[in-house]
Amino acid sequence: MAFEFTAENQTEFERILSRYPQKRAALLPTLYLVQKQHGYVCKDAIGFIAEKLGIEPVQVYAVITFYTMFNLKPVGRFHLQLCNNISCMLLGSEKLLAHLRSRLGIGLKETTPDGLFTLSTVECLGSCGTAPVLQINCDPYRENLGIEELDRLLDELRASAGDAPAAQE
Amino acid sequence: MEATLIKHIGHTAFRDIDTFVQGGGYRAVEKAFGMRPEEVTEAVKSSGLRGRGGAGFSAGMKWSFVPKESQLPKYLCCNADESEPGTFKDRQIVEYEPHLLVEGIIICCYAVGIHSAYIYIRGEFAYGAEVLENAIAQAYSRNYLGRDILGKGFDLDVTVHRGAGAYICGEETALLESLEGKRGQPRLKPPFPAVVGLFNGPTVINNVETLAAIPSIINNGADWYAAIGPERNRGTKLFSVSGHVVKPGVYEMPLGTNLLALINDCCGGIRPGRTLKAVIPGGASASVLRAEECNISLDFDSLAKAGSMLGSGGAIVMDDSTCMVKVAHTASRFFYEESCGKCTPCREGIGWVEKLFRRLESGGGRETDLALISDICDNVKGKTLCPFGEAFSAPLDTFVKKFREEFLEHVRQKRCPFGNPPPDPVH
Repeated sequence: MAFEFTAENQTEFERILSRYPQKRAALLPTLYLVQKQHGYVCKDAIGFIAEKLGIEPVQVYAVITFYTMFNLKPVGRFHLQLCNNISCMLLGSEKLLAHLRSRLGIGLKETTPDGLFTLSTVECLGSCGTAPVLQINCDPYRENLGIEELDRLLDELRASAGDAPAAQE
Repeated sequence: MEATLIKHIGHTAFRDIDTFVQGGGYRAVEKAFGMRPEEVTEAVKSSGLRGRGGAGFSAGMKWSFVPKESQLPKYLCCNADESEPGTFKDRQIVEYEPHLLVEGIIICCYAVGIHSAYIYIRGEFAYGAEVLENAIAQAYSRNYLGRDILGKGFDLDVTVHRGAGAYICGEETALLESLEGKRGQPRLKPPFPAVVGLFNGPTVINNVETLAAIPSIINNGADWYAAIGPERNRGTKLFSVSGHVVKPGVYEMPLGTNLLALINDCCGGIRPGRTLKAVIPGGASASVLRAEECNISLDFDSLAKAGSMLGSGGAIVMDDSTCMVKVAHTASRFFYEESCGKCTPCREGIGWVEKLFRRLESGGGRETDLALISDICDNVKGKTLCPFGEAFSAPLDTFVKKFREEFLEHVRQKRCPFGNPPPDPVH
């Protein structure tokens, strides 16, 4: 099915375009907008963006694959991104990762069967003073995490999910 | 010493423009508008302010390299890509002093004759980007931004641009590529961005902390600033301290502060029952210091002389429970993940180094691996377009050289003596 922006996102897209002297510069914000609407960047969206910005689909694809924050496949409603760089490692991020793996029953880059959680490790999130740190989707960081806080957090997320459909930025 | 950069850390009130103006905010803009643009640049030059992104180049000099007359529009890119492991200082300015940053941006643009500025902020700081967007909207509503600012005939637009997860985009030419909607791969220099930068126009690229220092220089005068800190290393600096200290956090101190004093006096020392083993003083790209080397002045020149660097001022403190092979492997995995792949020595070299560190930490290493790591690092140094090659080859080689015994112990025992399990394969 062909990809189209919703009316609201079309307006937002035009606002984004107006901020740059060259259309191509709007590529990163446009990809975020697509992801916000669709959860991930599907093949149709790649062609759609290329046409809108006057570039080739391969140029869009090349950018998506260079950066870590764009998804070519659907991810869970809650994308758990655990920092495993030096400061977080020094303060126990590996224990948290092991705990997440066993509690969720999935490995890295995998999604739980109910579509709720995707698990990833990420490089330094820039919050080393409050290590270990976890980011869920693009939300504010969860900081100074221990196993107990992590368990509470997972319960909270599960409860908040309700019957809402999967897929987020 | 009164803080000037993070005076309101932890207090969200100063995100509001009224509170900020009541506290004396945006006064420096009015003062700068009363000066000629070249006087502003001259003040920044004579203040001695050196770039806070890591390279430490004179900010005023950087501004003065931009040609006065240009056919193409000139740009300012504020580098808020803060991705150097161990660094979390710019985030404090973004979240608690967004107007201070906007104020610095306005003054820089006025001095250099720029009418369009972009704040390139790392994608993960979505929340910080939102705080900035709100501050900018308020600044527009009070005519500190937009057309004919404060009736002085100066126009300026500021746009927040989010990155999307790539460490290399903190390198200034990679940042430009990324902002133009491309893969963030560094450009060959020259031409330097001051001449050919964003959209081919002359471009100033300054770190968040650098720009946030400008208002106090204008308000208090260049001489005031130049009286802080040792010769050639002027002003206060934000130090991000993380790891095994009692009170990790961001501390604003004059350049030239002693590293041990920072750890003991500001951060409450090493956690109880433990002793200091090592410090990475300036983010993961800075070479590690052993405990006995930590009685050192935190400034650009002293750290360079000690074979390390001030870098971003991100100090990662490690106590005696730390396995240095594991730290070295973690650093190498980071650099492996983040190499942009443009230059062969970097792309290939870091892959080999990561594998060797992983083998050593897993207990399968050989004594000859140590010399091999040093040899690879030696062959990367100076052979890449951007500083990334140096950023990993120098510090990773230093781990091996300074903690050789610990590496050999891993080889002899065929396991990590600290009891760490083998690292996960890189995914």
